[in-house]
Amino acid sequence: MAEVEVSQARQVTYCGVCTLPPEYCEFGGTAKKCEDWLKDNESELWDKLYSEDALNANLSTLSVSAQERAAKDAAKKEAKAAASEARDSERKAASKVIIKRVERNKRKYVTVVIGLEVFGLENKKIAKDLGKKFATGSSVTRSPAGVEEITVQGDVSDDLSDWLLEVHGAKIPEANIEFVEDKKKKKSEQPIV
Amino acid sequence: MFKKDIPPSNRSKVKSSVQRGLRQKLLETYPGFEPVIEEFMPKKASLEAVKLPDRVTLYTIDSTPLFFQPIDGPPVPHLRLIHTYPSAIPTIQIDRGAIRFVLSGATLMAPGLTSPGGRLPDAENALEAGQIVGVKAEGKEEICLVGMLKVGTEEIKSKGKGVVMDEGHYLGDGLWRMYLD
Repeated sequence: MAEVEVSQARQVTYCGVCTLPPEYCEFGGTAKKCEDWLKDNESELWDKLYSEDALNANLSTLSVSAQERAAKDAAKKEAKAAASEARDSERKAASKVIIKRVERNKRKYVTVVIGLEVFGLENKKIAKDLGKKFATGSSVTRSPAGVEEITVQGDVSDDLSDWLLEVHGAKIPEANIEFVEDKKKKKSEQPIV
Repeated sequence: MFKKDIPPSNRSKVKSSVQRGLRQKLLETYPGFEPVIEEFMPKKASLEAVKLPDRVTLYTIDSTPLFFQPIDGPPVPHLRLIHTYPSAIPTIQIDRGAIRFVLSGATLMAPGLTSPGGRLPDAENALEAGQIVGVKAEGKEEICLVGMLKVGTEEIKSKGKGVVMDEGHYLGDGLWRMYLD
């Protein structure tokens, strides 16, 4: 946004947790976390919004029964948000990013990456980035099982995991990346070590 | 309107002639933006259009959402834009009890406006049905909902019940949370 000296534009602070303006945090379902965030990041605003007076002023305008209902509702919402977050993190911990090296033709390989979307990455964008990074073809394909995967031409599995950790390391823990080698089963069917 | 999360979709550049038309339209609908339009929508900047569900188009500049337009309606400014220039559009106010319903996407009902915590413009500044208004909340500074009035403010006052705004863009809805980069 272009804020110049003559402008009437206001800079609005948004909560880093629920993205609402902080005064609406109480309705966002993550009120507790929002409050902590505000305290750490915008202590001035925090003083204003969470002081005794402000809290009392909020309460006095509603009838008792309405207050109770609102509180109940808020608690429910919060529990819901917490549950979904827990589920999400569990899912993340359980799932793995699989980097597969698939033999396409004698000494030619493609690298297949599966399972990025669980970690909040977008297949299409990553595919584009990978293509740029390794200067090869890279595309999102739908595997026979119906899962979206990224296919990168060439054997880039090692570099790929390095790149993933470097660029998106914050999102993917190293332990959750797994290598698989997929050889064409023809004459010598060797077990994968 | 945007209760669900909006999946990222393609965006395209808007032709400069179309952009001029949009700008004109925006100023016509909201004269309040007149003095500041150069700031958020300079003539040179290239506007981008993002398609949203239900045949709504969102217009952005450099990933900053500016306003959206349903196929059969006037442009409606995005809440972030309204927060930056709060005086540009007319506002009404709801009481505290209604906030939590509004922020979960309920339709806006008249009692929330006519009760002591609510505020409607007086008779000479009455707003007509079909006008886009921002909705503030009692005890809060920011606008939490924007949308089209279904009935005029005078009618709200006389009737005191019924739906006032069917669907709008509220804080924390799919459009608000939409991630643009």
